[in-house]
Amino acid sequence: MSFLLFQTSVVVYLLATAAYLVFFLTQKNTLRQTGRAIFLVAFALHAANLVTRAVETGHTPITSHHETISFFAWTLGCCYLSFRWRYAVKSLGAFVSPLVFALMLIAAFSSRGMMPLPPALQSWWLPVHAVITLFANGFLALSCIGSIMYLLQEREIKQKRFGLFYTRLPSLETLDKLNHHCLSLGFPLFTLGLITGSLWAKQAWGAYWQWDPKETWSLITWFLYAAAVHQRFTVGWRGRRVAILSIVAFLSVLFTLWGVSFLLKGIHAYVS
Amino acid sequence: MSRDAIVLLGVNHKTTPLAVREKLALSAGYEEPLRALGQLAELREYYLLSTCNRVEVLFTCQDVEEAQRRVLELLFGRAITASELEQYVYRHVNADAVEHLFLVASSLDSMIVGEAQILGQLKEAYRHATKAGCSGFILNKLLHKSFSVAKRVRTETMIGANAVSISYAAVELARKIFGSLAGKKVMLVGAGEMAELAAEHLVRQGVAEVVVANRTLQRAVNLARGYNGRAVALAEVRDQLRQVDIIISSTGAPDLILRKEDVRPVMRDRRNRPLFFIDIAVPRDLDPAINELDNVFLYDIDDLHNVVEMNKSERDREAVKAQRIIAEEKLKFCGWLANMESTPTIVQLRAMIERQVRAEVEKTMGRFETLDERQRQGLEKMAAAITGKIMFPALRYLKTDNHCVSLPERIKTIRELYLLDSAANEQEDL
Repeated sequence: MSFLLFQTSVVVYLLATAAYLVFFLTQKNTLRQTGRAIFLVAFALHAANLVTRAVETGHTPITSHHETISFFAWTLGCCYLSFRWRYAVKSLGAFVSPLVFALMLIAAFSSRGMMPLPPALQSWWLPVHAVITLFANGFLALSCIGSIMYLLQEREIKQKRFGLFYTRLPSLETLDKLNHHCLSLGFPLFTLGLITGSLWAKQAWGAYWQWDPKETWSLITWFLYAAAVHQRFTVGWRGRRVAILSIVAFLSVLFTLWGVSFLLKGIHAYVS
Repeated sequence: MSRDAIVLLGVNHKTTPLAVREKLALSAGYEEPLRALGQLAELREYYLLSTCNRVEVLFTCQDVEEAQRRVLELLFGRAITASELEQYVYRHVNADAVEHLFLVASSLDSMIVGEAQILGQLKEAYRHATKAGCSGFILNKLLHKSFSVAKRVRTETMIGANAVSISYAAVELARKIFGSLAGKKVMLVGAGEMAELAAEHLVRQGVAEVVVANRTLQRAVNLARGYNGRAVALAEVRDQLRQVDIIISSTGAPDLILRKEDVRPVMRDRRNRPLFFIDIAVPRDLDPAINELDNVFLYDIDDLHNVVEMNKSERDREAVKAQRIIAEEKLKFCGWLANMESTPTIVQLRAMIERQVRAEVEKTMGRFETLDERQRQGLEKMAAAITGKIMFPALRYLKTDNHCVSLPERIKTIRELYLLDSAANEQEDL
């Protein structure tokens, strides 16, 4: 049941992505509304998939690689919709929906097997820590997308060569605000994720912090974001520099999510 | 004797980079160069136009090559070299010159097609030329025609509908940088007409405050009052950068008034809030390197062109219509010019025939001594009628378009046929 829902949502996400991309190129407003409607349907299907999977496995579906990525895609959609609801950022959907779709594809290709939870992970810290961290990742991903859009737009305005993006992307101010908004939500959530993780580690392994690769990389990521947020609030860094920093920091997030699990083996691995 | 040729020489934003235009701009006003042109014996009528996008001189003369050389030497010779002249200056003669003038007047040749400013500038330039007494029969007719063509283009096409101007382009860009312009502050450096226009545009977009800095404070105060803004001295510009967001610079200063080093420290105080500089002055007021700073954007008038390029396609359709109107008007004017060409011949021919008819009438009248006033008048009338009748075939031959024989050829035929150029005719008294 959950698998069927998952597959349908992937297909519907693909349709939404296509609609958004065609809207981006042609700038026809009806297409944008269509894209948004399709995206909402996909999002709802995806949510239903997560719920059924939780029922089927008997725990929050954030333990295997497949589950984590799928949940990450869902939180990204969630953040996007929450943002979309508050501010109008032209063409954001055309950037977010391909990323969501790509994440879903990655999830689709990783093993969907349902493993029983090892005793160490059987704790109510699991949903708290994982959900908070993935929501943080969702906002940080959105900030990364905003930063990419900012850099594209800034480049065209600075170099005075107006190509694909000048008319299609919103103003620099809007994009900077998007970045700012996402960082100021994503960073506290990320911090909270670190803290809950540390508390859970104490309970599960008996130590708050043991320099496991995943923990180390999380800390590196945290410092990168802390730098961006700090510079923004103290010296008023904004625009290009913050955008570059937040893209770099998000690469570090992705490495923490995947690189560490596959390249550097630690105890903090997915269930497999 | 043939008609004077109409010659137009000039540089504009299409042919010539800003840096060169800066050197050629007649920043000192029209009087001086017009007086200088008056010294050239080759020119019969002449007029000058200098705006921030173009410098053009229009004149009539007999010897095109020689006059061209002298005019270029006089106007531009000191600023740029001969090879640069060759490269940048465009030359139009007769029909081409007429067409070019019409294009300029109708704002089809403008950087921002359809903007209305150029017509005002053209009229201003013409006013200077008439005041200096250097426009004559042909140029008066031509310039008045160009005004009416511009009006026709404006009413019959949608070319001006987008209300496009430099300021419009600037507002468009400001929106891409700042999002909403509400609450933003604008500073005008130099209180020229262009700056005023831009300010008006921005105020309509909801900017919070207009600050005016000008060399003469009085002018700044007057302008600032119009926008409920405030006036500052030119020396305060650097301090003001801390507060304002958009700077429109249009002073007549020969040097840069703000450099990169002046702006860099300001950004720290502004906590990197973006600054948008618009430099519409020629020569440039702002250091181009300012654009390299983070969160600072600098556009000069050439750059603004690109912004406008983008909503061009729609206007292009209207431009085609406008081109058609101009082609039509050009043909009409050239017709008038051609008639001008035949006029001396007609006048001469009429004079000759009239003289001969009159001479015959006088001779005959000499024999009748009892003519009263009424009969005399009747004979006079008859003489005029005979002149007209004899003139008619020749006139029709001259005025009717003939595809096989061009007008100059027809004029030549008439002149030969009636011996208009022979010395004998000059003292004809048979």
